[in-house]
Amino acid sequence: MAEHTIRFEPDDRYNAFLTVCPHPDHGKGDLSGIAVAVKDNISTLGIETTCASKILKGYVPPYDAHAVTLLKGAGAAIAGKTNMDEFGMGTSTENSAFGPTLNPRDTGRVPGGSSGGSAAAVAAGMVRMALGTDTGGSIRCPAAFCGIVGLKPTYGRVSRYGLIAYANSLETIGPMAANVSDVSLLMSIIAGHDRRDSTSYDRPYHHTPSTDVKGLRIGIPKEYFGAGVDPEIAATVRRAIGRLEELGATTVPCSIPSMEYALAAYYVICTSEASSNLARFDGVRYGPAADTKKSWHAAYQDVRKQGFGPEVRRRIMLGTFALSSGYYGKYYAKAQVARENVRKDFARLFTDVDVLCGPTMPTIAFKLGEKSDPLSMYLSDILTVPVNLAGIPAISVPCGKVQGMPVGLQIMGRPFEDERVVDAAYAYEQAVKA
Amino acid sequence: MVTEKDVEHIGELADIGIDTNELATFTGQFNAIVDYFDVLDRVRGDGTVSRDLYNILRDDEIEPSLPREEALRNAGAQEDGFIKAPRVM
Repeated sequence: MAEHTIRFEPDDRYNAFLTVCPHPDHGKGDLSGIAVAVKDNISTLGIETTCASKILKGYVPPYDAHAVTLLKGAGAAIAGKTNMDEFGMGTSTENSAFGPTLNPRDTGRVPGGSSGGSAAAVAAGMVRMALGTDTGGSIRCPAAFCGIVGLKPTYGRVSRYGLIAYANSLETIGPMAANVSDVSLLMSIIAGHDRRDSTSYDRPYHHTPSTDVKGLRIGIPKEYFGAGVDPEIAATVRRAIGRLEELGATTVPCSIPSMEYALAAYYVICTSEASSNLARFDGVRYGPAADTKKSWHAAYQDVRKQGFGPEVRRRIMLGTFALSSGYYGKYYAKAQVARENVRKDFARLFTDVDVLCGPTMPTIAFKLGEKSDPLSMYLSDILTVPVNLAGIPAISVPCGKVQGMPVGLQIMGRPFEDERVVDAAYAYEQAVKA
Repeated sequence: MVTEKDVEHIGELADIGIDTNELATFTGQFNAIVDYFDVLDRVRGDGTVSRDLYNILRDDEIEPSLPREEALRNAGAQEDGFIKAPRVM
Protein backbone atom coordinates (compact mmCIF):
# COMPACT_ATOMS: atom_id res chain seq x y z
CA MET A 1 0.00 0.00 0.00
CA ALA A 2 2.69 2.47 1.01
CA GLU A 3 4.50 3.86 -2.00
CA HIS A 4 6.52 6.73 -0.63
CA THR A 5 7.70 8.34 2.52
CA ILE A 6 7.71 11.99 3.50
CA ARG A 7 9.99 13.82 5.89
CA PHE A 8 8.31 15.17 8.98
CA GLU A 9 10.59 17.13 11.29
CA PRO A 10 8.42 19.79 12.92
CA ASP A 11 9.74 22.56 15.14
CA ASP A 12 7.59 21.46 18.07
CA ARG A 13 8.21 24.27 20.53
CA TYR A 14 4.64 23.84 21.88
CA ASN A 15 4.99 20.22 23.05
CA ALA A 16 2.15 19.29 20.69
CA PHE A 17 3.59 15.85 19.91
CA LEU A 18 4.32 12.95 22.22
CA THR A 19 5.72 10.89 19.34
CA VAL A 20 6.96 12.20 16.00
CA CYS A 21 7.29 9.84 13.01
CA PRO A 22 10.11 11.44 11.01
CA HIS A 23 9.74 9.32 7.86
CA PRO A 24 6.12 8.11 7.63
CA ASP A 25 4.98 6.00 4.67
CA HIS A 26 2.05 7.00 2.56
CA GLY A 27 0.06 5.60 -0.32
CA LYS A 28 -2.25 6.98 -2.99
CA GLY A 29 -5.66 8.52 -2.47
CA ASP A 30 -7.48 11.69 -1.48
CA LEU A 31 -4.95 12.37 1.29
CA SER A 32 -1.89 11.21 -0.62
CA GLY A 33 1.28 12.41 1.10
CA ILE A 34 -0.58 14.65 3.55
CA ALA A 35 0.85 14.56 7.08
CA VAL A 36 -1.96 13.83 9.54
CA ALA A 37 -1.42 13.93 13.31
CA VAL A 38 -3.31 11.47 15.50
CA LYS A 39 -4.31 12.02 19.13
CA ASP A 40 -2.49 9.66 21.44
CA ASN A 41 -5.60 7.80 22.63
CA ILE A 42 -6.16 6.40 19.12
CA SER A 43 -4.34 3.11 18.51
CA THR A 44 -1.63 3.07 15.86
CA LEU A 45 0.02 -0.18 14.81
CA GLY A 46 3.68 -0.16 15.81
CA ILE A 47 3.61 3.43 17.15
CA GLU A 48 3.65 3.99 20.92
CA THR A 49 0.20 5.02 22.19
CA THR A 50 0.12 6.32 25.77
CA CYS A 51 -3.07 8.39 26.24
CA ALA A 52 -0.55 10.83 27.82
CA SER A 53 -0.41 8.49 30.82
CA LYS A 54 2.53 6.89 32.58
CA ILE A 55 0.42 3.74 32.88
CA LEU A 56 0.70 3.18 29.11
CA LYS A 57 4.30 4.35 28.68
CA GLY A 58 5.92 1.95 26.25
CA TYR A 59 2.63 0.44 25.03
CA VAL A 60 2.80 -0.30 21.30
CA PRO A 61 -0.58 -1.33 19.86
CA PRO A 62 -0.63 -4.50 17.76
CA TYR A 63 -3.37 -3.03 15.53
CA ASP A 64 -4.65 0.23 14.02
CA ALA A 65 -7.85 1.98 15.02
CA HIS A 66 -10.42 1.80 12.21
CA ALA A 67 -10.08 5.55 11.58
CA VAL A 68 -6.30 5.14 11.18
CA THR A 69 -6.78 2.23 8.75
CA LEU A 70 -9.05 4.50 6.70
CA LEU A 71 -6.50 7.36 6.79
CA LYS A 72 -3.75 5.05 5.54
CA GLY A 73 -6.09 3.72 2.86
CA ALA A 74 -6.59 7.29 1.65
CA GLY A 75 -2.85 7.76 1.33
CA ALA A 76 -2.24 9.84 4.45
CA ALA A 77 1.12 9.84 6.23
CA ILE A 78 0.72 9.31 9.99
CA ALA A 79 3.01 12.07 11.21
CA GLY A 80 2.88 11.38 14.93
CA LYS A 81 0.86 11.17 18.11
CA THR A 82 -0.37 14.29 19.83
CA ASN A 83 -0.41 15.36 23.45
CA MET A 84 -3.65 15.41 25.43
CA ASP A 85 -5.09 15.47 28.90
CA GLU A 86 -4.42 12.02 30.36
CA PHE A 87 -7.07 9.63 28.95
CA GLY A 88 -8.98 12.70 27.70
CA MET A 89 -9.75 13.93 31.20
CA GLY A 90 -9.36 17.68 31.11
CA THR A 91 -10.02 20.95 29.34
CA SER A 92 -6.49 22.35 29.04
CA THR A 93 -3.98 19.56 28.14
CA GLU A 94 -2.26 20.39 31.45
CA ASN A 95 -3.24 16.94 32.75
CA SER A 96 -0.72 15.22 30.48
CA ALA A 97 1.88 13.08 32.26
CA PHE A 98 4.39 14.43 29.75
CA GLY A 99 3.95 18.16 30.31
CA PRO A 100 1.37 20.61 28.99
CA THR A 101 0.99 21.72 25.39
CA LEU A 102 1.29 25.49 24.87
CA ASN A 103 -1.16 27.54 22.83
CA PRO A 104 0.60 28.69 19.64
CA ARG A 105 -1.44 31.95 19.73
CA ASP A 106 -0.05 32.82 23.18
CA THR A 107 2.39 30.44 24.82
CA GLY A 108 1.38 31.66 28.28
CA ARG A 109 -2.05 30.13 27.72
CA VAL A 110 -3.41 26.60 27.42
CA PRO A 111 -4.47 25.23 24.01
CA GLY A 112 -7.67 23.80 25.50
CA GLY A 113 -8.31 20.13 25.84
CA SER A 114 -8.32 17.39 25.79
CA SER A 115 -7.19 17.31 22.12
CA GLY A 116 -4.80 20.22 22.76
CA GLY A 117 -1.83 18.66 20.97
CA SER A 118 -3.81 18.07 17.78
CA ALA A 119 -5.16 21.64 17.84
CA ALA A 120 -1.74 23.18 18.49
CA ALA A 121 -0.10 21.07 15.74
CA VAL A 122 -2.68 22.37 13.24
CA ALA A 123 -2.68 25.97 14.54
CA ALA A 124 1.13 26.15 14.36
CA GLY A 125 1.09 24.82 10.79
CA MET A 126 3.02 21.65 11.68
CA VAL A 127 0.32 19.49 10.04
CA ARG A 128 -2.59 20.29 7.73
CA MET A 129 -5.05 18.14 9.64
CA ALA A 130 -5.38 15.99 12.74
CA LEU A 131 -7.64 13.52 14.45
CA GLY A 132 -9.01 14.42 17.85
CA THR A 133 -11.60 12.86 20.11
CA ASP A 134 -14.54 14.57 21.79
CA THR A 135 -16.14 13.21 24.96
CA GLY A 136 -17.45 16.48 26.41
CA GLY A 137 -15.96 19.10 24.09
CA SER A 138 -12.41 17.81 23.60
CA ILE A 139 -12.33 18.64 19.88
CA ARG A 140 -14.37 21.84 19.94
CA CYS A 141 -12.72 23.46 22.98
CA PRO A 142 -9.12 23.31 21.69
CA ALA A 143 -10.33 24.25 18.20
CA ALA A 144 -11.92 27.39 19.71
CA PHE A 145 -8.92 28.22 21.93
CA CYS A 146 -6.37 27.77 19.11
CA GLY A 147 -8.42 29.37 16.32
CA ILE A 148 -8.97 26.32 14.12
CA VAL A 149 -11.99 24.26 12.99
CA GLY A 150 -13.10 21.06 14.75
CA LEU A 151 -16.08 18.79 14.16
CA LYS A 152 -17.64 16.51 16.76
CA PRO A 153 -19.50 14.04 14.51
CA THR A 154 -22.85 12.43 15.30
CA TYR A 155 -22.33 9.53 17.73
CA GLY A 156 -22.00 6.35 15.68
CA ARG A 157 -20.85 7.95 12.47
CA VAL A 158 -17.12 7.37 13.03
CA SER A 159 -15.98 3.99 14.37
CA ARG A 160 -14.54 3.93 17.88
CA TYR A 161 -12.67 0.69 17.20
CA GLY A 162 -9.14 1.26 18.51
CA LEU A 163 -10.07 4.41 20.46
CA ILE A 164 -8.93 3.69 24.01
CA ALA A 165 -12.18 4.05 25.93
CA TYR A 166 -12.76 6.69 28.60
CA ALA A 167 -16.53 7.33 28.47
CA ASN A 168 -17.74 5.26 25.57
CA SER A 169 -21.39 6.37 25.46
CA LEU A 170 -20.26 9.98 24.96
CA GLU A 171 -17.05 9.98 22.96
CA THR A 172 -16.25 10.01 19.27
CA ILE A 173 -13.27 10.50 16.97
CA GLY A 174 -13.46 13.59 14.76
CA PRO A 175 -11.56 15.83 12.33
CA MET A 176 -9.59 19.03 13.09
CA ALA A 177 -8.02 21.38 10.53
CA ALA A 178 -7.31 25.03 9.78
CA ASN A 179 -10.40 25.40 7.58
CA VAL A 180 -13.86 23.89 7.04
CA SER A 181 -13.00 22.28 3.67
CA ASP A 182 -10.20 20.23 5.20
CA VAL A 183 -12.38 19.21 8.16
CA SER A 184 -15.02 18.07 5.68
CA LEU A 185 -12.43 16.20 3.60
CA LEU A 186 -11.06 14.38 6.64
CA MET A 187 -14.59 13.55 7.81
CA SER A 188 -15.32 11.98 4.39
CA ILE A 189 -12.39 9.62 4.94
CA ILE A 190 -13.12 8.51 8.52
CA ALA A 191 -16.94 8.21 8.52
CA GLY A 192 -18.76 4.99 7.70
CA HIS A 193 -19.77 1.64 9.08
CA ASP A 194 -17.42 -0.68 10.96
CA ARG A 195 -18.68 -4.00 12.26
CA ARG A 196 -16.09 -3.98 15.04
CA ASP A 197 -17.88 -1.06 16.75
CA SER A 198 -21.33 -2.23 17.84
CA THR A 199 -22.59 1.40 17.96
CA SER A 200 -21.44 2.14 14.40
CA TYR A 201 -24.07 3.34 11.90
CA ASP A 202 -23.93 2.85 8.16
CA ARG A 203 -23.97 6.57 7.37
CA PRO A 204 -20.98 7.50 5.23
CA TYR A 205 -20.19 11.17 4.64
CA HIS A 206 -19.82 12.23 1.02
CA HIS A 207 -20.15 15.96 0.99
CA THR A 208 -18.71 19.07 -0.60
CA PRO A 209 -19.36 22.11 1.61
CA SER A 210 -21.87 24.66 0.30
CA THR A 211 -22.18 28.32 1.26
CA ASP A 212 -25.94 28.37 0.71
CA VAL A 213 -27.68 29.13 4.01
CA LYS A 214 -30.74 30.91 2.58
CA GLY A 215 -33.76 29.97 4.66
CA LEU A 216 -31.66 28.19 7.31
CA ARG A 217 -33.44 28.52 10.66
CA ILE A 218 -30.98 29.13 13.50
CA GLY A 219 -32.04 28.70 17.13
CA ILE A 220 -30.28 30.94 19.68
CA PRO A 221 -30.51 29.25 23.09
CA LYS A 222 -30.49 31.91 25.79
CA GLU A 223 -28.44 29.69 28.12
CA TYR A 224 -25.50 30.03 25.71
CA PHE A 225 -25.41 33.78 26.31
CA GLY A 226 -26.26 33.86 30.01
CA ALA A 227 -24.46 33.87 33.33
CA GLY A 228 -20.89 32.58 33.21
CA VAL A 229 -20.35 33.49 29.55
CA ASP A 230 -17.87 36.34 29.01
CA PRO A 231 -19.99 39.24 27.61
CA GLU A 232 -17.31 40.06 25.03
CA ILE A 233 -17.47 36.48 23.75
CA ALA A 234 -21.27 36.59 23.66
CA ALA A 235 -21.12 39.83 21.63
CA THR A 236 -18.52 38.41 19.22
CA VAL A 237 -20.62 35.30 18.62
CA ARG A 238 -23.79 37.36 18.16
CA ARG A 239 -22.03 39.38 15.46
CA ALA A 240 -21.04 36.12 13.73
CA ILE A 241 -24.64 34.92 13.80
CA GLY A 242 -25.62 38.33 12.36
CA ARG A 243 -23.33 37.55 9.45
CA LEU A 244 -25.24 34.33 8.79
CA GLU A 245 -28.48 36.37 8.85
CA GLU A 246 -27.04 38.69 6.20
CA LEU A 247 -26.48 35.56 4.10
CA GLY A 248 -30.18 34.67 4.30
CA ALA A 249 -30.54 32.67 7.52
CA THR A 250 -33.20 33.54 10.08
CA THR A 251 -32.80 33.40 13.85
CA VAL A 252 -35.22 32.22 16.51
CA PRO A 253 -34.73 32.76 20.26
CA CYS A 254 -35.10 29.52 22.23
CA SER A 255 -34.22 27.81 25.49
CA ILE A 256 -32.70 24.51 26.69
CA PRO A 257 -34.07 24.20 30.26
CA SER A 258 -32.12 20.97 30.94
CA MET A 259 -28.86 22.96 30.73
CA GLU A 260 -29.44 23.61 34.42
CA TYR A 261 -28.23 20.12 35.27
CA ALA A 262 -26.56 18.94 32.02
CA LEU A 263 -23.02 19.50 33.31
CA ALA A 264 -23.63 17.59 36.54
CA ALA A 265 -25.22 14.74 34.57
CA TYR A 266 -22.25 14.70 32.21
CA TYR A 267 -19.70 14.45 35.01
CA VAL A 268 -21.62 11.70 36.80
CA ILE A 269 -21.91 9.65 33.59
CA CYS A 270 -18.35 10.18 32.30
CA THR A 271 -16.74 9.38 35.65
CA SER A 272 -18.95 6.30 36.08
CA GLU A 273 -17.97 5.00 32.66
CA ALA A 274 -14.32 5.85 33.35
CA SER A 275 -14.33 3.85 36.59
CA SER A 276 -15.37 0.81 34.58
CA ASN A 277 -13.32 1.41 31.42
CA LEU A 278 -10.07 2.17 33.23
CA ALA A 279 -10.30 -0.94 35.41
CA ARG A 280 -8.32 -2.73 32.69
CA PHE A 281 -5.15 -0.78 33.51
CA ASP A 282 -3.65 -3.03 36.16
CA GLY A 283 -0.18 -3.77 34.81
CA VAL A 284 -1.05 -7.27 33.63
CA ARG A 285 -1.74 -7.13 29.89
CA TYR A 286 0.03 -3.81 29.21
CA GLY A 287 1.77 -0.97 30.97
CA PRO A 288 4.33 -1.13 33.78
CA ALA A 289 4.45 -4.69 35.12
CA ALA A 290 2.50 -5.56 38.26
CA ASP A 291 4.48 -7.38 40.93
CA THR A 292 3.14 -10.93 40.48
CA LYS A 293 4.46 -11.98 43.88
CA LYS A 294 2.09 -9.63 45.67
CA SER A 295 -1.63 -10.21 46.18
CA TRP A 296 -3.66 -8.77 43.31
CA HIS A 297 -5.19 -5.90 45.32
CA ALA A 298 -1.79 -4.74 46.55
CA ALA A 299 -0.17 -5.20 43.12
CA TYR A 300 -2.94 -3.30 41.28
CA GLN A 301 -2.94 -0.48 43.81
CA ASP A 302 0.82 -0.03 43.40
CA VAL A 303 0.59 0.11 39.61
CA ARG A 304 -2.44 2.42 39.52
CA LYS A 305 -1.17 4.82 42.19
CA GLN A 306 2.10 5.29 40.31
CA GLY A 307 0.66 5.13 36.81
CA PHE A 308 -2.39 7.40 36.94
CA GLY A 309 -2.22 11.18 37.46
CA PRO A 310 -4.34 13.00 40.07
CA GLU A 311 -7.27 13.91 37.76
CA VAL A 312 -7.60 10.34 36.48
CA ARG A 313 -7.54 8.95 40.03
CA ARG A 314 -10.11 11.57 41.08
CA ARG A 315 -12.48 10.68 38.23
CA ILE A 316 -12.16 6.93 38.77
CA MET A 317 -13.04 7.45 42.43
CA LEU A 318 -15.92 9.82 41.65
CA GLY A 319 -17.37 7.26 39.25
CA THR A 320 -16.91 4.44 41.73
CA PHE A 321 -18.76 6.60 44.27
CA ALA A 322 -21.62 7.50 41.86
CA LEU A 323 -22.15 3.81 41.06
CA SER A 324 -21.84 2.52 44.63
CA SER A 325 -24.82 1.11 46.46
CA GLY A 326 -26.63 3.80 48.41
CA TYR A 327 -25.63 6.53 45.92
CA TYR A 328 -26.51 4.95 42.57
CA GLY A 329 -30.11 6.17 42.64
CA LYS A 330 -29.18 9.69 43.74
CA TYR A 331 -26.45 10.21 41.13
CA TYR A 332 -26.17 7.74 38.25
CA ALA A 333 -29.87 7.00 37.78
CA LYS A 334 -30.77 10.72 38.03
CA ALA A 335 -28.03 11.59 35.55
CA GLN A 336 -29.53 9.18 33.02
CA VAL A 337 -32.94 10.87 33.39
CA ALA A 338 -31.24 14.25 32.98
CA ARG A 339 -29.50 12.96 29.86
CA GLU A 340 -32.83 11.92 28.36
CA ASN A 341 -34.24 15.37 29.16
CA VAL A 342 -31.32 17.02 27.32
CA ARG A 343 -31.99 14.79 24.33
CA LYS A 344 -35.70 15.66 24.41
CA ASP A 345 -34.93 19.40 24.62
CA PHE A 346 -32.77 19.19 21.50
CA ALA A 347 -35.35 17.05 19.67
CA ARG A 348 -38.09 19.58 20.49
CA LEU A 349 -36.00 22.53 19.27
CA PHE A 350 -34.99 20.73 16.07
CA THR A 351 -38.65 20.40 15.04
CA ASP A 352 -38.61 24.20 14.63
CA VAL A 353 -34.99 25.13 13.78
CA ASP A 354 -32.31 23.52 11.61
CA VAL A 355 -29.28 24.32 13.76
CA LEU A 356 -28.48 25.94 17.09
CA CYS A 357 -25.72 28.52 17.47
CA GLY A 358 -23.76 29.83 20.44
CA PRO A 359 -20.21 30.19 21.74
CA THR A 360 -18.08 27.03 21.94
CA MET A 361 -16.45 28.12 25.19
CA PRO A 362 -17.58 30.67 27.80
CA THR A 363 -14.11 32.29 27.96
CA ILE A 364 -10.95 32.65 25.91
CA ALA A 365 -8.09 30.22 26.55
CA PHE A 366 -7.07 30.39 30.19
CA LYS A 367 -3.56 31.05 31.39
CA LEU A 368 -1.39 28.04 32.24
CA GLY A 369 -2.08 27.05 35.84
CA GLU A 370 -5.09 29.37 36.12
CA LYS A 371 -7.66 26.63 36.85
CA SER A 372 -6.05 24.68 39.66
CA ASP A 373 -9.34 23.68 41.28
CA PRO A 374 -10.98 20.67 39.54
CA LEU A 375 -14.57 21.96 39.77
CA SER A 376 -13.72 25.32 38.17
CA MET A 377 -12.14 23.43 35.26
CA TYR A 378 -15.27 21.24 34.93
CA LEU A 379 -17.51 24.33 34.80
CA SER A 380 -15.80 25.57 31.64
CA ASP A 381 -17.34 22.59 29.75
CA ILE A 382 -20.90 23.85 30.24
CA LEU A 383 -21.49 24.81 26.58
CA THR A 384 -19.98 21.70 25.00
CA VAL A 385 -21.25 18.74 27.06
CA PRO A 386 -24.98 18.94 26.10
CA VAL A 387 -24.04 17.88 22.55
CA ASN A 388 -22.31 14.72 23.82
CA LEU A 389 -25.22 13.82 26.09
CA ALA A 390 -27.54 14.03 23.06
CA GLY A 391 -25.12 12.42 20.57
CA ILE A 392 -25.66 15.20 18.00
CA PRO A 393 -23.07 16.78 15.66
CA ALA A 394 -21.45 20.16 16.40
CA ILE A 395 -18.67 22.20 14.83
CA SER A 396 -16.51 25.01 16.18
CA VAL A 397 -15.35 27.62 13.66
CA PRO A 398 -13.23 30.69 14.45
CA CYS A 399 -15.36 33.87 14.57
CA GLY A 400 -13.14 36.67 15.81
CA LYS A 401 -10.96 37.57 18.75
CA VAL A 402 -11.30 38.81 22.31
CA GLN A 403 -8.16 40.21 23.99
CA GLY A 404 -6.22 38.98 20.98
CA MET A 405 -7.31 35.36 21.51
CA PRO A 406 -9.53 33.33 19.14
CA VAL A 407 -13.24 32.80 19.81
CA GLY A 408 -15.20 29.81 18.47
CA LEU A 409 -18.72 29.85 17.03
CA GLN A 410 -20.41 26.55 17.85
CA ILE A 411 -23.04 25.23 15.43
CA MET A 412 -25.07 22.22 16.60
CA GLY A 413 -27.32 20.12 14.37
CA ARG A 414 -29.79 17.25 14.19
CA PRO A 415 -28.45 13.70 14.48
CA PHE A 416 -26.75 12.65 11.20
CA GLU A 417 -26.91 16.19 9.82
CA ASP A 418 -23.16 16.74 10.14
CA GLU A 419 -23.29 18.06 6.56
CA ARG A 420 -25.62 20.89 7.60
CA VAL A 421 -23.40 22.15 10.44
CA VAL A 422 -20.41 21.94 8.10
CA ASP A 423 -22.27 24.04 5.50
CA ALA A 424 -23.27 26.71 8.03
CA ALA A 425 -19.66 26.92 9.25
CA TYR A 426 -18.40 27.04 5.67
CA ALA A 427 -20.84 29.83 4.74
CA TYR A 428 -19.63 31.90 7.68
CA GLU A 429 -15.94 31.18 7.04
CA GLN A 430 -16.17 32.10 3.35
CA ALA A 431 -18.19 35.26 4.07
CA VAL A 432 -15.66 36.67 6.52
CA LYS A 433 -12.76 35.64 4.30
CA ALA A 434 -14.18 37.54 1.34
CA MET B 1 -20.99 15.10 53.25
CA VAL B 2 -18.21 12.78 52.11
CA THR B 3 -15.72 11.90 54.86
CA GLU B 4 -12.08 10.88 54.64
CA LYS B 5 -13.19 7.39 55.65
CA ASP B 6 -15.57 7.31 52.65
CA VAL B 7 -12.80 8.38 50.29
CA GLU B 8 -10.49 5.74 51.73
CA HIS B 9 -13.20 3.10 51.17
CA ILE B 10 -13.83 4.25 47.59
CA GLY B 11 -10.09 4.21 46.92
CA GLU B 12 -10.02 0.58 48.10
CA LEU B 13 -12.97 -0.38 45.88
CA ALA B 14 -11.33 1.26 42.87
CA ASP B 15 -7.84 -0.16 43.63
CA ILE B 16 -6.51 3.35 43.25
CA GLY B 17 -4.01 3.25 46.11
CA ILE B 18 -4.42 6.30 48.33
CA ASP B 19 -1.81 7.53 50.78
CA THR B 20 -3.10 8.94 54.07
CA ASN B 21 -1.50 12.30 53.27
CA GLU B 22 -3.67 12.55 50.14
CA LEU B 23 -6.98 11.97 51.93
CA ALA B 24 -7.66 15.55 53.03
CA THR B 25 -7.15 17.03 49.56
CA PHE B 26 -9.23 14.40 47.77
CA THR B 27 -12.00 14.66 50.38
CA GLY B 28 -12.19 18.46 50.04
CA GLN B 29 -12.37 18.25 46.26
CA PHE B 30 -14.93 15.43 46.47
CA ASN B 31 -17.22 17.48 48.65
CA ALA B 32 -17.13 20.51 46.33
CA ILE B 33 -17.90 18.31 43.31
CA VAL B 34 -20.59 16.21 45.00
CA ASP B 35 -22.25 19.40 46.30
CA TYR B 36 -22.44 20.54 42.69
CA PHE B 37 -23.91 17.15 41.65
CA ASP B 38 -26.81 17.80 44.05
CA VAL B 39 -28.43 19.95 41.33
CA LEU B 40 -29.56 16.54 39.97
CA ASP B 41 -32.11 16.47 42.81
CA ARG B 42 -34.07 18.96 40.70
CA VAL B 43 -34.31 16.61 37.69
CA ARG B 44 -37.92 15.75 36.87
CA GLY B 45 -39.24 13.08 34.50
CA ASP B 46 -38.95 9.32 34.45
CA GLY B 47 -36.39 9.15 31.67
CA THR B 48 -38.35 6.53 29.77
CA VAL B 49 -36.51 5.74 26.58
CA SER B 50 -38.35 4.48 23.54
CA ARG B 51 -36.41 4.54 20.31
CA ASP B 52 -37.72 1.59 18.31
CA LEU B 53 -34.31 -0.02 18.43
CA TYR B 54 -33.79 -3.75 18.23
CA ASN B 55 -30.81 -6.02 18.59
CA ILE B 56 -28.99 -7.01 15.45
CA LEU B 57 -27.36 -10.37 16.00
CA ARG B 58 -24.92 -12.12 13.71
CA ASP B 59 -23.68 -15.68 13.64
CA ASP B 60 -20.75 -16.33 15.92
CA GLU B 61 -18.22 -17.11 13.25
CA ILE B 62 -14.66 -17.93 14.20
CA GLU B 63 -12.26 -15.52 12.52
CA PRO B 64 -8.51 -15.02 12.75
CA SER B 65 -7.50 -13.02 15.82
CA LEU B 66 -4.24 -11.59 17.13
CA PRO B 67 -1.39 -14.11 17.04
CA ARG B 68 -0.33 -15.16 20.54
CA GLU B 69 3.07 -13.46 20.33
CA GLU B 70 1.40 -10.16 19.37
CA ALA B 71 -1.08 -10.44 22.22
CA LEU B 72 1.73 -11.12 24.68
CA ARG B 73 4.05 -8.38 23.45
CA ASN B 74 2.86 -5.71 25.90
CA ALA B 75 2.31 -8.01 28.88
CA GLY B 76 4.27 -7.22 32.02
CA ALA B 77 4.99 -10.85 32.86
CA GLN B 78 4.39 -14.08 30.99
CA GLU B 79 4.97 -17.78 31.44
CA ASP B 80 4.58 -20.69 29.02
CA GLY B 81 2.76 -18.53 26.47
CA PHE B 82 0.30 -17.12 28.98
CA ILE B 83 0.00 -13.73 30.65
CA LYS B 84 1.07 -13.95 34.28
CA ALA B 85 -1.07 -12.11 36.85
CA PRO B 86 -0.57 -11.43 40.57
CA ARG B 87 -1.73 -14.21 42.89
CA VAL B 88 -5.43 -14.21 43.73
CA MET B 89 -5.44 -16.68 46.64
